[in-house]
Amino acid sequence: MKVIYLDNNATTRVADEVKEGMLPYLSEYYGNPSSMHTFGGQVHRRIEIAREQAAELINADPEEIIFTSCGTESDNTAIMSSLESVPHKKHIIATRVEHPAVLNFSKAMARKGYRVTFLPVDKSGKLDLDELRNSITDSTAVVSIMFANNESGVIFPIDEIAAFVRSKGVLFHTDAVQAVGKIPVSVKELPVDMMSISGHKIHAPKGVGALYIRRGVRFSPYIIGGHQEKGKRAGTENVASIIGFGIACKLAKDHLQTINTRIIGLRDKLEKGLLATCPDARINGGIENRLPNTTNISFEYVEGEAILLRLNEYNICASSGSACTSGSLEPSHVLRAMGVPFTAIHGSVRFSLSVYNTDDEIDSVLKIMPGIIKELRELSPYGREAK
Amino acid sequence: MWEYTEKVKETFLHPKNVGEIDNPDAVGEVGSIVCGDALKLFLKIDKETNRITDAKFQTFGCASAIASSSALTEVIKGKTVDEALKVTNNDIAEYLGGLPREKMHCSVMGMEALEAAVANYRGEKPPEVDEGEIVCECFGITDQKIKRAIKENNLHTVDDVTNFTKAGGGCGGCIPDIENILKEVWTETVFKEAAVPKRKLTNIQKIALIQEIIEREIRPLLQSDGGDVELADVEGSKVIVSLRGMCSGCLMADVTIKNIENKLKELVSEDLVVVAE
Repeated sequence: MKVIYLDNNATTRVADEVKEGMLPYLSEYYGNPSSMHTFGGQVHRRIEIAREQAAELINADPEEIIFTSCGTESDNTAIMSSLESVPHKKHIIATRVEHPAVLNFSKAMARKGYRVTFLPVDKSGKLDLDELRNSITDSTAVVSIMFANNESGVIFPIDEIAAFVRSKGVLFHTDAVQAVGKIPVSVKELPVDMMSISGHKIHAPKGVGALYIRRGVRFSPYIIGGHQEKGKRAGTENVASIIGFGIACKLAKDHLQTINTRIIGLRDKLEKGLLATCPDARINGGIENRLPNTTNISFEYVEGEAILLRLNEYNICASSGSACTSGSLEPSHVLRAMGVPFTAIHGSVRFSLSVYNTDDEIDSVLKIMPGIIKELRELSPYGREAK
Repeated sequence: MWEYTEKVKETFLHPKNVGEIDNPDAVGEVGSIVCGDALKLFLKIDKETNRITDAKFQTFGCASAIASSSALTEVIKGKTVDEALKVTNNDIAEYLGGLPREKMHCSVMGMEALEAAVANYRGEKPPEVDEGEIVCECFGITDQKIKRAIKENNLHTVDDVTNFTKAGGGCGGCIPDIENILKEVWTETVFKEAAVPKRKLTNIQKIALIQEIIEREIRPLLQSDGGDVELADVEGSKVIVSLRGMCSGCLMADVTIKNIENKLKELVSEDLVVVAE
């Protein structure tokens, strides 16, 4: 049975063009980009092309991009570098809905004596900008706020936020892992100091990411060693993946149009269809400013893991904010921060699409899902209340 | 992705005994929708023989909660009420070919629903209500429930207590309390056995007896938790042991040493002191 993959905020398939572009660098072109000989040097030149491709996607200069091992490394690096560049300032501002790469890193810094403010969001997942204005002080070293949320898809007004933070003379970092490749992002128009990107969310392989560092921003490397990446990130380059990442960035730029026309249409069709056919379902998060590929729906009276494993029988892949799927007993911190009732969080399912999804796939899900919800509600002691 | 057995998957996809029983003789309800899992068990019981003639369930929860509920009804059908009460969460897990450790609380929920149903049948108040103090605020778990799970399932770590009871799996604020309960339970019960009359011993006899007690009484207990201990030396009244396996580096190592000491004091000589190598 063919896999219907609707979990693209978790990871994406490697594009064929990306794979093809990488293969020579996993076989004949194995030289070290730092070597003096032509054999290695040609690999170095190819990495610089990838850097240009990544820069172009976000409208940056190639010198403002460093390659990392993943979005998490980019996030950790950005915050750590910010803290080190203003060592007398001991305050971090983030939000309650950040990815663990920012959330848990900030908490780790809190254990080392930093003060951390986690800004709240409202029911629709929107950030309270007044809270940000009130929280920022002379001792604030860095503000790190995600561009778009991985679970709800809600997009934050990064232009407005970044402009305010800059006006206070504080460093601003944004985790744009979910935004880049789905919506147009141009750092020329955004006063952000640092921005994290991940490869595997945009059809490059896992294990490669990038960090945009605005020219002139003071930077301290997080991984220390050799002189790679102009001394900003040591370690022999993950050559094939970086080259794949570059190709993926180029594809992402070409795909933006498709995502914001055809894919947003499929997402809306899926969402409307599910709400129409499954009673007691609700969308989590506001729909005005939302990623075009994401929908997060709660099916009351049923539990998310059970839904996912029933979908799994049809090779349909999605994810859930339910406690049982998280490995801990805590349900999604994002949905809790949004004030979604526990009863609804347990039954939440996130569908996230990519350019590879088709109309037929959405039709299949719409055909299968209502039966699954109905069956699980028949099992549930609460299902009856739904009628 | 959880590592579910084929039996868990099969039972989850095709659960047996789903639904309500009209005019049930007993109903047991545990859990809540807020906590993420809930089970309502219905029983039909033959009043003459006290035999469970039918069992049905409704469950809100994950795959293993649904599979555990189905397993429970299959296991208890045909048993007398007294026989059914002997069913433990481990029997439910075993019926399913095992559950991931993190999901053991689903099998515990099954056992509790059964106990609640039997109490309901006998006109008693449901077990564990109002008993003990709430330790875990997130999931409303009492110290009594935690102690019982520790003893019945031989739990030694906070993670295991969370796996079996959910306590500590929310905000984590009660983890120090759970650590204290673990210490309390194991200091209280592990080595509680009838003392043997003490004799005046020669040094050789003393060492031999210490060795024998460690082999017979202490090692099997520790080994069942993946740990071990060896007698390294005896210097006068000082008994030197080395902890092995899971015991070495275990946070509870001090408690373990203390327990060994208590045991040796009790069975060999009051003046013994145990130290780790």
